[in-house]
Amino acid sequence: MPDNSMSNTISPEPVVFRARGVTKVYDMGEVKVHALRGLDMELYAGEMVVLLGPSGSGKSTLLNILGGLDTATSGHVSYHGRDITGAPDKELTEYRRFHVGFVFQFYNLIPSLTALENVAVVTEIALEPMDPAEALRLVGLGNRLDHFPAQLSGGEQQRVAIARAVAKNPDVLLCDEPTGALDSATGIVVLEVLERVNRELGTATVLITHNADIAGMADRVIYLSDGLISRVHRNERKKSPHELRW
Amino acid sequence: MKGQALAIALIIASGVATFIMSVSTMQSLKLTQETFYEDYRFADVFASLKRAPESLQTRIREIPGVDRVETRVSAAVNIDIPDFPDPVTGNIISIPDIGESLLNKLFLREGRLTEAFRDDEVVIGEAFAGAHGFKPGDKLGVIINGRRRDLTIVGIALSPEHIYQMPPGAFFPDFERYGVMWMGRTALATAYDMKGAFNDVTLTFSSNADVNDVIERLDELLKPYGGLGAYSRKDQLSHRYLSEEFKQLEQMAAMFPVIFLGVAVFLLNVVISRVIHMQREEIAVLKAFGYSNFDIGMHFVKLVLMIVSTGVIAGITGGGRLGEWMSNIYMEFYRFPFLKYELQPEIIIIAALVSAAAAILGTLHSLRKAALLPPAQAMRPEPPATYRETLPEQLGLKRLLSQPTRMIIRHIGRRPVKSLLSVTGIAFACAIMMVGSFQGDALDFMVYVQFGLSQREDIAVTFVEPTSGRALYELQSLEGVEYGEVFRTVPARLRFRHRSYRTAIQGLKSGGDLQRLLDADLKPIDLPRSGIVLTDHLGEMLGVREGDRLTVEVLEGRRPVLTVPVAGLVSQYLGVSAYMNLSALNRLMHEGNAVSGVYLATDSRYLPGIFKKLKEMPRVAGTGIREKAIAKFYETMGETILIFTLINTLLAGIIAFGVVYNSARIALSERSRELASLRVLGFTRGEISYILLGELSIFTLAAVPLGFLIGRGMCAYIAANLKTDLYRVPLILEADTYAFAAAVVLVCACISGLIVRRKLDHLDLIAVLKAKE
Repeated sequence: MPDNSMSNTISPEPVVFRARGVTKVYDMGEVKVHALRGLDMELYAGEMVVLLGPSGSGKSTLLNILGGLDTATSGHVSYHGRDITGAPDKELTEYRRFHVGFVFQFYNLIPSLTALENVAVVTEIALEPMDPAEALRLVGLGNRLDHFPAQLSGGEQQRVAIARAVAKNPDVLLCDEPTGALDSATGIVVLEVLERVNRELGTATVLITHNADIAGMADRVIYLSDGLISRVHRNERKKSPHELRW
Repeated sequence: MKGQALAIALIIASGVATFIMSVSTMQSLKLTQETFYEDYRFADVFASLKRAPESLQTRIREIPGVDRVETRVSAAVNIDIPDFPDPVTGNIISIPDIGESLLNKLFLREGRLTEAFRDDEVVIGEAFAGAHGFKPGDKLGVIINGRRRDLTIVGIALSPEHIYQMPPGAFFPDFERYGVMWMGRTALATAYDMKGAFNDVTLTFSSNADVNDVIERLDELLKPYGGLGAYSRKDQLSHRYLSEEFKQLEQMAAMFPVIFLGVAVFLLNVVISRVIHMQREEIAVLKAFGYSNFDIGMHFVKLVLMIVSTGVIAGITGGGRLGEWMSNIYMEFYRFPFLKYELQPEIIIIAALVSAAAAILGTLHSLRKAALLPPAQAMRPEPPATYRETLPEQLGLKRLLSQPTRMIIRHIGRRPVKSLLSVTGIAFACAIMMVGSFQGDALDFMVYVQFGLSQREDIAVTFVEPTSGRALYELQSLEGVEYGEVFRTVPARLRFRHRSYRTAIQGLKSGGDLQRLLDADLKPIDLPRSGIVLTDHLGEMLGVREGDRLTVEVLEGRRPVLTVPVAGLVSQYLGVSAYMNLSALNRLMHEGNAVSGVYLATDSRYLPGIFKKLKEMPRVAGTGIREKAIAKFYETMGETILIFTLINTLLAGIIAFGVVYNSARIALSERSRELASLRVLGFTRGEISYILLGELSIFTLAAVPLGFLIGRGMCAYIAANLKTDLYRVPLILEADTYAFAAAVVLVCACISGLIVRRKLDHLDLIAVLKAKE
């Protein structure tokens, strides 16, 4: 359903996230670090957005605020029209639990659980989850269900993390440097999985990277520098991950 | 880290404090005893006899190996104290009319010694004076040899001979109802019909004396004069009990510090290895900058030593104070004139060195690992830890377990040895708690057995000397006396092969109801018609079994030496006695119907009247009151073992908390990344707490039964080793002892859990996403 309050005329899709005047100031004792300086943005349902920017540009801070892991110093973030700025911890936990899928640079798998169990740990508490085995098959790990993280390669571990993120059927997938710890060939396999999830499940995906080559696979590329959006670019033709090189 | 280090330092402090306290108390008491013995010329040999002319002294002095000899007059007396209804007995010992005693000199606390030839002055023992609030100048009625005398207290004194004061026939000191006092020789001899004679002699050895030879020759000399058998210091009542108590203190001093230090070292090891693990990057950076393996190793050695020295310093300070406090309590109890409390530097050095060495040894493995870590490897993130399914899961329980539960049990299963050590640490805390209450349980049980099952009379009346059995009828005729049983006490030395023991044989009526003997199952048994029955502890000391033939050297009257078969052993937790059928004993002694005393069952309403009557009977030497004996028992034990164990229980609480808290903190540091990841994935605080506290709960729950086992073992060890002539501690553990120990551990676990839970609320969710493992 189109949101009439939306000023955007480019996309007819409903808005998942809307950020208005978001600032984030870290108090580091003597100095104050301004990570975000009044940023505005939207994320639309089903789209794949790449947030591109150098270290310190504020992209992780933005992702953490969108994901309910951090709170903005000022401004507002709404999720499906619901303001999540200043929500209590309990509400944010519920928000992360039911609506957001996270993928991290260092996978953050539970080493004592198998691939299947790492997914099940999330589906056990989700509302309408996928079958964990199915989620793993989706990421191409149908034959590694009973392997522990220590028995999986970095790329495989990241794919388990993706399966874990999507298995709860989230509205949005937030990926922070998902290929940061991987070599390029493995990274591309991981990106293919993210692209497939986005395409097949229609999960809105935000992917943080400082690797400009990855931007080719996005619907939109948002360039961040110094805590502000410097440029938004819409790819007329999305590249498939296997066309990417770095 | 700060909290953990503090907890470890506290445990080390507890260990060091117990050690310092016990050892310094021990040494101080021994030093005090030695000094007192030496300065106040405690005699080496003691002998009592009926009556010998003073001229015999010269012949005693001629015995080879004898240095100094002092003859004395000693009289059992009844004491009349206004406003104190209970019968009070005492012992008056003579002191020279002029000058000080040659041996067993008195330490005057207050007042003066008696003036020459004054027959109305007395010096009384400090314990007795303290119990009744007597001061010099107060008056006292004393019945000597059936005649009442009013004496004025002129001095309050202590003697090396009566550090531990026991009324004859009692198990415990009773300062209110038994007093030791001293009078001028002439005055006492006159009152006691001992002019120009003596009935007590003490002597010291010269440097090259043959102890047994001196005693034998002395016995030979005294035999015609009714000698009751000479004995050396080791059989002297006060000295013997003191030695037994010291022995027991020594055992306690050895056990507790070892446990405390062991637990502290284990915790240090776990914490240090965790710290090294977490600091591997910093270590790598330092190494990359050119720090040597030795520098890195020393860095952690310093960390360990810092924790240890904090503990040691606190332990020494606290232990020194506790030691002084304990020593003062003991001094009060044993009646030493002064306390030489000394915290010897050696003890401090030993405590510090042992703690430091144990800590370094315990952490050596981790320290080596840190020192030898190659810098490049340390900079790389560690690969994910390897886990596998645990046994219960393989057995098919897996389906029943949620993922968080699987995380808990796999984490425990991954390092079974470490998990086991954590459990063992908590178990030890539980065990030490049990040791504390065990003593109380055992005490109650001992009282129940001694005074509930065995010794059931209300009053035990002892006569000045063996009397005709007809005395029973006189006592039974008193108003309020319901029933009476006679008994006979014969001092004797029991000998079996090379072992011997000086005690008294109790002649009892067969089938008696007031004084019953108990078998190993504590069932009353009938005294056999013939043969001798020994307390199990005495049987053990002599190494005899039922059927063995025991040599009995009677130390009274004609002093016959007899051979008597051992008819059995009986269970008895207090004292050391031998029993015979009264008629059989009298037959052996060639005495018709002689009795030493009577056990009475009374109606308690008539007790004051009965006491009044007993006080008026000149032949009554002592009156034991059961109710008072029980109270005394608790008082005595309370002031000695219980204080010691109370302190240990407190310290055990510290261990319990330290171990549990450290386990929880370590689990938190090991799992904070996982738990934060789960929080990010939408787990609530409660859900991640379950994972962390679940592990702690499993450890605690597993530790409690193990702790029960270890605790029982420790109590059994104590029971097996706490065997003194004074008492044997039975292995009795009541349900509430188990419950209390478990409760303390569980409370510690809950508090630790709460502290850790609070920390979970402040997990940094963002940091873990950026950090490598």
